[in-house]
Amino acid sequence: MIVLDNVPSAALVVAVGVLFAVGVYLLLERSLTRVLLGFVLVGNGANLALLIAGGRAGAAPIVGNADPAVRLSDPLAQAMVLTSIVITLALTAFVLAMAYRSWQLNGHDEVQDDDEDRRIARRAARNEAAYADVDAAETGETLDEEAAEIHDDIEESLTAAGEAPGGSADGPPDGPADDAPGSRGGERP
Amino acid sequence: MTWSAASLLPLPALVPLLAAGLTLALHRYARVQRVISVVALSVVVVTAAVLVVAADSGPVVAVIGDWAVPVGINLVADRLAALMLLVSGVVLLCVLLYSMAQGVADGSDDVDMVGEGVPGEPRAADGGSGDPDEADRRDLLPVAIYHPTFLVLAAGVGGAFLAGDLFNLYVGFEVLLAASYVLLTLGGTGDRIRVGSVYVVVALLSSIVFLTAVGLVYAATGTVNLAQVAERLPDVDPAVRLGIQLLLLLGFGIKAAIFPLSAWLPDSYPTAPAPVTAVFAGLLTKVGVYAIIRTQTLLFPASGAGSVRVDQVLMVLALLTMLVGILGAVAQDDIKRLLSFTLVSHIGFMIFGVSIAGTAGTAAAIFYVVHHITVQTTLFLVVGLVERRGGTTSLDRLGGLARVAPGLAVLFFIPAMNLAGIPPLSGFLGKVGLLEAGVRSGTPLAWTLVVGSVVTSLLTLYALVKAWNKAFWQTAPEDLEPTVREETRLPRGMVAPTAALVAFGLALTVFAGPVYGYAQRAASTLVGTRGYIEAVFPGGGERGVGESADLGSEAKTAEVGG
Repeated sequence: MIVLDNVPSAALVVAVGVLFAVGVYLLLERSLTRVLLGFVLVGNGANLALLIAGGRAGAAPIVGNADPAVRLSDPLAQAMVLTSIVITLALTAFVLAMAYRSWQLNGHDEVQDDDEDRRIARRAARNEAAYADVDAAETGETLDEEAAEIHDDIEESLTAAGEAPGGSADGPPDGPADDAPGSRGGERP
Repeated sequence: MTWSAASLLPLPALVPLLAAGLTLALHRYARVQRVISVVALSVVVVTAAVLVVAADSGPVVAVIGDWAVPVGINLVADRLAALMLLVSGVVLLCVLLYSMAQGVADGSDDVDMVGEGVPGEPRAADGGSGDPDEADRRDLLPVAIYHPTFLVLAAGVGGAFLAGDLFNLYVGFEVLLAASYVLLTLGGTGDRIRVGSVYVVVALLSSIVFLTAVGLVYAATGTVNLAQVAERLPDVDPAVRLGIQLLLLLGFGIKAAIFPLSAWLPDSYPTAPAPVTAVFAGLLTKVGVYAIIRTQTLLFPASGAGSVRVDQVLMVLALLTMLVGILGAVAQDDIKRLLSFTLVSHIGFMIFGVSIAGTAGTAAAIFYVVHHITVQTTLFLVVGLVERRGGTTSLDRLGGLARVAPGLAVLFFIPAMNLAGIPPLSGFLGKVGLLEAGVRSGTPLAWTLVVGSVVTSLLTLYALVKAWNKAFWQTAPEDLEPTVREETRLPRGMVAPTAALVAFGLALTVFAGPVYGYAQRAASTLVGTRGYIEAVFPGGGERGVGESADLGSEAKTAEVGG
């Protein structure tokens, strides 16, 4: 009778937990590079979880002609985890390329706000009364100042008046220079 | 082994993948690429049509590599899978033809600029931003990878529909999602990278949740084969089972864009090129819905105490998805965004059907999925035409299109009314089926849902009529921006596939009786679950042995000999 040990080792289970926790923390960051690192960690955590679903590590996955009473690891879990490692690697490469492209275009690789958020922030910028109270009391500046500071895209679309919100988001040719962290909050041309 | 429909089963995944490889290798020959893609997708459609007929007399099962079932990989086409495969095949083919015509008209099929260097790199180097104007952007599109990616997407969709085990479902998902990442960020312009990063990260997260759930299922039951999991899950501790169910629902819910998990969708979709958006809207979320239908009916049939609670959670989520989605749509002033929000909203109808469970609810959900794939794709394709004719998709700037392009007005009007559920059309029939199932269920929550779905339908009608009025009927607020191609007529190659899809949607109405009957039979197979399990493990007694037929007979002869 082939023996399958189904109880996973505690160290691996703890490792999965740590990988997930650290990975999720990193996924919540704004920088795509950190998101990528987070994805790598969470992905490895998930792969490890799939692996230990097959049981305890350390035994051979294929016993062959040896004594049937010898302990055996589940080979199916290992086969599946190989596939998912390949997938994780491919997607990591894709996100890496995307982060690089984002850095190439914008000078940073931050995950930017979506159109809807920007539109709402822009409305907030125009309608000061509705939002001034709470935020102004806490930070000493109105929400529109704050919004203009944080989301560099908005400033551009405000200066480029009349531009469609859904259209090309990038501004005039010197747009990227404004995006550089150093000149953020500097005077407008 | 004689010929049977089972030997056709690998084709919907295999043929597009092979064709993808071929088109990638032949990227310098745009014409050859096009022929290969069209032929490959046509093969898929024909295969799916045969499978629809074959699956009507019981699920078709193919065992890959002749490894017996619990160990080997199996593909299963029951009525639901075959029907979904057929509809998605038709939609994919039409969109491919449409996008090819679009490429021809825009001159992007020029062989010289295909696959040269990194698109856009020189512009970034000389201080320009990623803001090429429309014509430049088209020049930069690496169209050489469009066909291979599109075919990989088709292969992923086929693989996901036919997968007989959870892990291959995961692989199918990943294949189609990876293709969708590439299609969404095609050309790598600033806008697409911006929305792409959100879309990709969200999709990655949902995939990881799904993968973790697969791991848990394997840990709990020792198998990922859907039929075997269905057999073993009732013995699993109810708390563990509930956890697995919720984790699977979470993963699929993100993919299907159910309300609290839908925030990524309305921003990602409108930025992609029109045909890409059309495919995404039609298929990607529906694959998620398909996975929900499959796992909910097969693995978690509504008998245990836990599943009832989950059904109620699903009902509340369906209601919120419908209402929040349609309210978002009403507030939009851009047709593409408006349609994206209606997409989210109408996912709620399908979840409504799933949450009612039972044959009636599931049948209505299946019919609605089929109807919605067609209609939503058609609408996005028509909006692509509107953008080309009017130069914009903003409702504030469009106007008077009915005068300059009456045909286009009709093309938009029919699927729009279909989506809203105006009586004779298939959307109405699907909604009536859902309402009937809800009323028959009779719980207070179901009645709330019935009212909610009627309100949603009316609001959909309002949003679409408003869009139609603004874009086609009233005079433009300012002169329509003279588009680059103002005087040129819409390319016939783009109009014809759109018209074909409109006609397909109408055919769904005309043949609603047979289609609905098919959906009902599909639902009864699903709700029964015995049919599916019996088909995968014929002759119940020897199920789970994991030996191929020849091996088993060898062992027997050896025993006899010894």
